[in-house]
Amino acid sequence: MIVNPETIPSRPAPASRRGIIGWLRANLFSSPLNSLLSLSGLIFLAWALPPVVQWVFLEANFLGENKDACTSEGACWVFVSARFQQFLYGFYPDTELWRVNLFFFEMAAVLTWVLWDKMPKRLWGGIWFLTGFPLTSFFLLYGGFGLETVETHKWGGLMLTLVLSLVGMVIALPVGILLALGRRSDMPAISSFCTVFIELWRGVPLITILFMASVMLPLFVPGDIELDKLIRAMIGISLFEAALIAEVIRGGLQAMPKGQYEAADAMGLTYWQGMRQIIMPQVLKISIPGIVNTFVQLFKDTSLVLIIGLFDLLAVMQAGIADVNWPNVAIEGFVFTGFVFWLFCFGISRYSQLLERKLDTGHKS
Amino acid sequence: MQAELQKQKKSAVNIPSEVETETMISLKGVNKWYGDFHVLKDINLTVKKGERIVVCGPSGSGKSTMIRCINRLEEHQEGEIDVNGVTLTNDLKNIEHIRKDVGMVFQHFNLFPHLTVLENCTLAPIWVRRMPRQEAEAIAMQYLERVQIPCQAHKYPGQLSGGQQQRVAIARSLCMNPQVMLFDEPTSALDPEMIKEVLDVMVELAEEGMTMICVTHEMGFARTVANRVIFMDGGQIIEENAPEPFFNDPQSDRTKLFLSQILSH
Repeated sequence: MIVNPETIPSRPAPASRRGIIGWLRANLFSSPLNSLLSLSGLIFLAWALPPVVQWVFLEANFLGENKDACTSEGACWVFVSARFQQFLYGFYPDTELWRVNLFFFEMAAVLTWVLWDKMPKRLWGGIWFLTGFPLTSFFLLYGGFGLETVETHKWGGLMLTLVLSLVGMVIALPVGILLALGRRSDMPAISSFCTVFIELWRGVPLITILFMASVMLPLFVPGDIELDKLIRAMIGISLFEAALIAEVIRGGLQAMPKGQYEAADAMGLTYWQGMRQIIMPQVLKISIPGIVNTFVQLFKDTSLVLIIGLFDLLAVMQAGIADVNWPNVAIEGFVFTGFVFWLFCFGISRYSQLLERKLDTGHKS
Repeated sequence: MQAELQKQKKSAVNIPSEVETETMISLKGVNKWYGDFHVLKDINLTVKKGERIVVCGPSGSGKSTMIRCINRLEEHQEGEIDVNGVTLTNDLKNIEHIRKDVGMVFQHFNLFPHLTVLENCTLAPIWVRRMPRQEAEAIAMQYLERVQIPCQAHKYPGQLSGGQQQRVAIARSLCMNPQVMLFDEPTSALDPEMIKEVLDVMVELAEEGMTMICVTHEMGFARTVANRVIFMDGGQIIEENAPEPFFNDPQSDRTKLFLSQILSH
C-alpha cells in the first residue's frame, strides 16, 4: 500500500534547463544536427555581415548634391537623400508639399487612434477613419475649398503607394466579407454571382486588370464622363484584392464549428446579427494570417501601377536611376526601396501578431 | 445501493406533480428525410405546459433530429409542429418568434469562445429582446448565481471546465426567459464528476416547473424528473410511458433490449 498525504512542494527546474544556457540548449544545440546548423549559420554571418555593414554604413556617403559627393567605395546614399522629396511626394508641386505632410500626419494619427487599444473612443476613431479621413485626404491631396487643384498625374512616390494601399485595404475587406458570405449563401442567384465574380477577378493577373482599367474601361463609359486614371486603378486593385480576401474569409467560415451557427440560430438571432456578433468576430480572428498575407501582397502589388503610367515609390526610384546624372546607383535605389517596402510590411505583420495575441481567449476547440 | 441512492435523491427532489392542461408543443405526423433516408417517421407528440419529457434511444434513432425540428435547426418535410400556439412555417418571422421562446442546450455546449461568460449570457437578450445592457447583465448574473458560477462571469469559456461550460450554456438559455427548454444530450460530453453538477441544475429547473424535453441516457435523471419517457428507434417512437412502468415493465422487445443494454453496468 502507498499513502502520500503530504503535497510535494514544486522545485525549480535544473540549471541546465534555465537561463541563457537553457535557452541555448533548447534553441540552438538541441541535437547534433541543430548544433551543426547553428555553427554553420554563425560562420556564414561572420563571413557575410562585415562586408554588408561596410558597404551600407562604414564606407558609404550620405550627404551631398550630386554624384560627385560619392567618393568612397561604399553605397552612394547621396542619391537617396538628394531625391528624397521625389521618393516621398512624386511630382507634387514644391509649394504645396505641406498638404501631403498634413495628410501623412493625419494618417499616422488616425491609424494610431484606431489600431492602438489604449486610445479612448476608438469607435469614433473608426468612424473618422472611414468617413472624415478619406474626405479630408481627398481635399488635401486633390484640392478644393480654396486649395489649388493638384492633378493625380503629379501624385507619386511613397504618398501614392500609401494612398493606393489604404484605399485598397479599406474597400477590399468589407467587399471581400460580403463576397464570401454571398458565395456560401443558400440563394442560388447570389451564390453564383459571387462565385463568378471571385473566380473572374482572382483568375486574372493584376497587371491585366490595371491595363484593362486604364485602356479598355474608357471605351465602355459614355464619352463625357471621364474617370480619373488613379480612380480606375483604385477600383481595379480594390476589387482584385476583394476577390482574394473573399477566399481567405471563406476558409475561415469553413473552419467555424457548425455548433456556433446553431447556437446563434437557436437563440433567435437573425442571420445578420449572428454573422455580426458570433461568426465574423471569430472568422476574422482565425483569418488574420491570411488577411495580413493578402494586405502585404496588396501593398507590394501597388507598384504595378507603373504600367499605366502612375509613379509610385518604386517607379519614381526607377526613373531616378535612369537619370544620366546618376550613373551606377541602381543597387542603392533598389536596396532603399526594398527596405521601405519591407519596413511597412514588417510593421503590418508585427501588428497582426500583436492582434492575434490580444484576441486569444484560450479557446482551442 | 444504486436503488437506495436513487430513492434518497427522489425524496430530496420536489417535482411539481400536477401538469397544466395547456399544450406547449405538438408534433402531428411529422416526417423528415435526409435525401432518401427517412429519419423521422410519423412522429406524434404532445407536450403540455410544465411537462418534462425524456427521450432516449440508440444513436441514429432520430431523437436529436426530432428536438432540433422543434426550433427549426432542422426542417421537417411533412406534418405540423406547433410551439406555444405558433405553427412552424418557412416564414422567418415565425421561426424567430419560436426560437425566442425555446431555449436549447447542446451536447458540446456551443458557447461563444470570443465572448466572456457574461457576454455569452447577455448577447441574445440585448440583440433579440432589445433589453438595455444593464438590465440584461443583472438578469444574467442572477442566472449565473443559480447555476453556481457567478465568480466566473468575466472569464472566457475556454478557461472553464466542461461542467461549468454546460452550466453557463443553461444559464445563457434561461436569460431569454424561454417557455420550453430543449436538452440535446447535455451530459454526453462530460466527465463523470461533472455530469452531476449539470444534472443538479436541470433537476432544479424541473422543480420550478419548466417545460423540458431532454434527449439523454441518464436513466436516473429520467426516473426522478420525467413525466414521460419516450423510446425512439429507427426514426419512430417505439414506446412512450410514465417512468415507473417504462423502466419496470417495458412493453416492446426493442425497449427491453435497449434497457437491458444500458442498465447492465
